[in-house]
Amino acid sequence: MEIEESRQLTIDGEVCQVPAGTTLREACLQVGKEIPALCWHERLTPANTCRACVVELEGSRTLVSSCSRMVEDGMVVHTDTPRVLHARKGVAELLLSTMMDDVNAPELQKLAQATEADPAHFRVGETLVQPIRDDNDLYVRDYSQCILCYRCVAVCGEDAQNTFAIHVAGRGLQAHIDTGFDRSLPDSDCVFCGNCVQVCPTGALIGKTEWSLRQENEWDEKKIQVTETTCSYCGVGCSLDLHVLNGRIVKVTSPYNHPVTQGMLCVKGRYGYEYVQADVAHLQGS
Amino acid sequence: MSPQHRVPQRLLPDPKIVAQSGPISPQRLQLRGLDQALRRAWGMTVTRMIQEVQASGILGRGGAAFPASVKWQSVRDADAAGKLKYGVMNADESEPGTFKDRVLLETDPLLPLTGLAIAARGVGADKVYVYLRGEYRHLLLPIQRAWEVVEGTVPEAVIPLEVRLGGGAYIAGEETALFNSIEGKRPEPRLKPPFPTVKGLFSQPTLIHNVETLANIALAFRDGAGPFRKYGSASTPGTKLVSISGRVNRPGVYEVPFGIPLTEIIEGEDTAQGMQNGQRLQAVLLGGAAGTFLTSLEVAEAAYDYPALRRFGASIGSGALVVFGETDSLPEVAQTLANFFAEESCGQCVPCRIGTVRIKEMLEQFSLSERQVDLRDLAQTMRDASICGLGQSATTALMSLLDRPVLWSKNVDRGKGAV
Repeated sequence: MEIEESRQLTIDGEVCQVPAGTTLREACLQVGKEIPALCWHERLTPANTCRACVVELEGSRTLVSSCSRMVEDGMVVHTDTPRVLHARKGVAELLLSTMMDDVNAPELQKLAQATEADPAHFRVGETLVQPIRDDNDLYVRDYSQCILCYRCVAVCGEDAQNTFAIHVAGRGLQAHIDTGFDRSLPDSDCVFCGNCVQVCPTGALIGKTEWSLRQENEWDEKKIQVTETTCSYCGVGCSLDLHVLNGRIVKVTSPYNHPVTQGMLCVKGRYGYEYVQADVAHLQGS
Repeated sequence: MSPQHRVPQRLLPDPKIVAQSGPISPQRLQLRGLDQALRRAWGMTVTRMIQEVQASGILGRGGAAFPASVKWQSVRDADAAGKLKYGVMNADESEPGTFKDRVLLETDPLLPLTGLAIAARGVGADKVYVYLRGEYRHLLLPIQRAWEVVEGTVPEAVIPLEVRLGGGAYIAGEETALFNSIEGKRPEPRLKPPFPTVKGLFSQPTLIHNVETLANIALAFRDGAGPFRKYGSASTPGTKLVSISGRVNRPGVYEVPFGIPLTEIIEGEDTAQGMQNGQRLQAVLLGGAAGTFLTSLEVAEAAYDYPALRRFGASIGSGALVVFGETDSLPEVAQTLANFFAEESCGQCVPCRIGTVRIKEMLEQFSLSERQVDLRDLAQTMRDASICGLGQSATTALMSLLDRPVLWSKNVDRGKGAV
């Protein structure tokens, strides 16, 4: 059996001991310091791209991303120096400068509030505002709200689905999520598992049902009831959370801590629920 | 150059040798003494080889000036039971104003490739790659043929060499982005640590050196560490290839010893031969697009060495010197540099992806003084929080300009782009 090694480091003056292989961000959490992050996701390999989670590491020329930097013995870390706060605020202001104010991006908005970011600070030119892509019945892509966190790419690839239907293309501010030659989703390699929709931190990827209801101002988080069940399609036994609004299923997710799914579903589990609420009278042809 | 700083050409072949031999011939290898370098290396234990590199004090010539021997030791030490190790020559020379690797590979490819063969032995590499800038594709065959000449000299040195062509992205010159490119992925920089010496190409321990660094390694093994250190300064032994462009009479690539006064490089009869049309020098952009502007007064005082330049917040970088005359508008130059970085950012991290574009836009729309506070504010975020050197240094030249108002505050009447 492998003996668990530990590492000793200092976070904001507090000496702490954590197992080797812990990230700085986890270590900070263990001493009660919550570090913001936009691209990080519990289920995915850290992409380390949003840079909201940076902390100051003594001896390092630049700030370091705490989501992916592993602890080392003797590290001295500061989580709330002026430099750190300035960088976090800068990240929020830069992201907000590419989008409209009415975005559905709770984590980004939280970061902006916490850092007192001014959304207009760097709005001096090009934005990512563009038409919505509504090319299938299951989900809608609104890249005006994309923060390029790479979560959808990771989940479609090696972190879960292994379909590799999407990747980042283009560079600089033209970098964007691409289906391969900008094909429509039905023409692409997408298998419509919707796992990208599940992990998207903004409204960039959103279920068609939710999107339609939001368009009509009928989406009300407070009225949604969640029912746990097991998927009825095959023998795997995926756990489903049915999100029910006004007596109708409007979204299906799966808990990340479920041993079978780890939050991920296939197209049937995610979107194959309409039969539950089909018009039975119509089916019977009466 | 003054007699004190005159050096025999070492990195660049002597004109007599050029006249007597083709650049990829066994004769050239012998005339350059590279057969001796290879034999010396193969006569040493690897421990002794690393000691030789350490004694020679070679610092990386790609821009970061990292001690070569530290990399060698780290790759050597990397736990590689049953693992492959790689050697890589970074020939993706893309820094604006930098063209010395091209000259080196065109005139004398055997020198850096000898260095690559020696380095591969020093760290126990199983295969070597040359990552060649796409625009240098005319060098692909010469490099392959030069490798055959090296192999012909030390048959026991034979390991596979593969040349990969870049696709035109500046970022692919960043070592970890370069690995991704060789692996067939998007050239996005990886998070460090882990460093390439531990987890590099195909996740294996990898030694990666710039072309000129490997050329120096070949020389150090040919001459021995002592004679190698005869030129240059105590802290930075050896000579440096500088690429001079801009308003000088004779732009080009010249070999100079570290520690030489900057003025001598610009004015020297055997180097750039002074300013064009008797113009007055306004500034030098030192180190490329991610470099530092020095005023004419600073140029007059500065010596070409790391410790001496640190006083001005400058560095040698890739060895580029872009010389500007008094009629050049440096705010316009800053705008050109900003366009370059906005174009070349890979788009992976927020500070660089969006920051480079915002810098570009602010320079297009406002004068330097109007948005100075915002420019500095954004530059700090980019410097502190970007993943790689591109984003961290994309504003270095701009900040050096802002710190030297003498270079832009007089351009009041030039309208947009100027002040």
